[in-house]
Amino acid sequence: MKHARIRLPGEAEIHAVLVNADHSVQLADGRRFAEHAVEWLPPAEGTVFALGLNYADHAAELAFKAPTEPLVFLKSPATLTGHRQVSVRPDNLLYMHYECELVVIIGKTAKNVSREQAMDYVAGYSVCNDYAVRDYLENYYRPNLRVKNRDTLTPIGPWWVDRDDVANPASLALRTWVNGELRQQGNTRDMVFDIPYLIAYLSSFMTLSPGDMIATGTPEGLADVVPGDEVIVEVEGVGRLVNHIVSEAQYTASHAQTV
Amino acid sequence: MKQGRIVLDQQARRVTPLADGKLLLDNGNPLADTPQWLAPTTGTVYGVALNHRSLLEQLEADFQQPPYQKAPATPVLFIKPRNTHAGHNSTIALPTQAGKVFAGGALGVVIGQVASKVAEDQALDLIAGYTVVNEISLEETSFYRPAVKAKCRDGFCPMGPWLVDAAAIDPLNVEIRSYLNGELAETNHSRDWLRSVPQLIAALSQFMTLQPGDVIIPATPLRQLEIRPGDTVAVEIDGIGRLENHLIAEESAQ
Repeated sequence: MKHARIRLPGEAEIHAVLVNADHSVQLADGRRFAEHAVEWLPPAEGTVFALGLNYADHAAELAFKAPTEPLVFLKSPATLTGHRQVSVRPDNLLYMHYECELVVIIGKTAKNVSREQAMDYVAGYSVCNDYAVRDYLENYYRPNLRVKNRDTLTPIGPWWVDRDDVANPASLALRTWVNGELRQQGNTRDMVFDIPYLIAYLSSFMTLSPGDMIATGTPEGLADVVPGDEVIVEVEGVGRLVNHIVSEAQYTASHAQTV
Repeated sequence: MKQGRIVLDQQARRVTPLADGKLLLDNGNPLADTPQWLAPTTGTVYGVALNHRSLLEQLEADFQQPPYQKAPATPVLFIKPRNTHAGHNSTIALPTQAGKVFAGGALGVVIGQVASKVAEDQALDLIAGYTVVNEISLEETSFYRPAVKAKCRDGFCPMGPWLVDAAAIDPLNVEIRSYLNGELAETNHSRDWLRSVPQLIAALSQFMTLQPGDVIIPATPLRQLEIRPGDTVAVEIDGIGRLENHLIAEESAQ
């Protein structure tokens, strides 16, 4: 099953919904709405972990050696947005790129979990586009929040799918299209630290809780995106997340209308 | 005005202090028992590293070398996630196989309104109030990669007991005192902060929207106040309150 969180136009209430095969959503009260008729929100609420350099090919692309210990950073709710929303490219930039990633959603409280037991703590999977503004990289707590935790720059969703609906999370194709052109391809089998390892690692020094999300890193194939671009990230068997890049001025104008 | 959060019958409840030291519940009844305190807010907690003069002075030469190459140009930020949040009087389990652990007596600036791209001279208007924070960390040996393992352990960000209104203190002139087993062990004064609270709110809100209840920890000093299982650590700010926590070894917490 697919689970999502949505809002209906003009309403403040957040609904937990099930998603049908045609991507329409089913509310608890039985009402049904088409994919385009709702506002898609991030599919879970919790601490968001993200991995840097977790695909060897991508690490090489950035001229880094793959790390010997997971490179984990955190995100706050400020940066999250949902399916079919916009992401803002700041003005006067040289390089802002997408990153297609498989997201693991934690389903049970996890502390000191072994690799062998780790998958028992997974509720399911989602997709995120972990945009980065490389112009703002600094060598302190890198990747710093100004690069990775900007308003609108972490679309996640559209939904999460149950763990048992994905036969092998360690063999899923990742793909990114920009304006319909396939730009990034990889496979979760090339992760440096796989899902059980990451859950065991994190839970060895902190407690994971239901709703926590682990964005597991991105493979090679990064490229700049600019206002007007449609960016689609897809993880095979999980979902396809659509996002549009806007300028600061476009974002301010559209916000002024809706507020 | 002061308010806190406690657990009663497995529910989070608001409390305010009474003159006799007891607590008044949000339903108007006085509280009979010793409360189990929660952090006074549930928002995102953003910390600022390297904002204390003592640290920067010590590290200035290192910052010209790899992997840093140059001093930080913008505030160095980190997040204390929800598993780190804890209340006054809580017992915190320290790892015994991960090196030294240090207290980080600090101010907590609690945001009161949605804040995006705020000007420095407007920033103070967006503050709901203040709390006391102990930003606990393993030794800070490197600032190159995010310090998740050092800073994001369970209970490593106790806050409280109170959230006090913004008028209670002047964030440009505030002293934070840390006590180890009752003895004054460290002070952290705003005059030693490289960026002020208004400057930090302006800088953070330039790229991420702050929400009511979010907390900014403006500065922690150079890590010198080591804490060990068996210790009691307290952080106190005049006008806000005293946050006290008890430390045990991780093994004995199971």
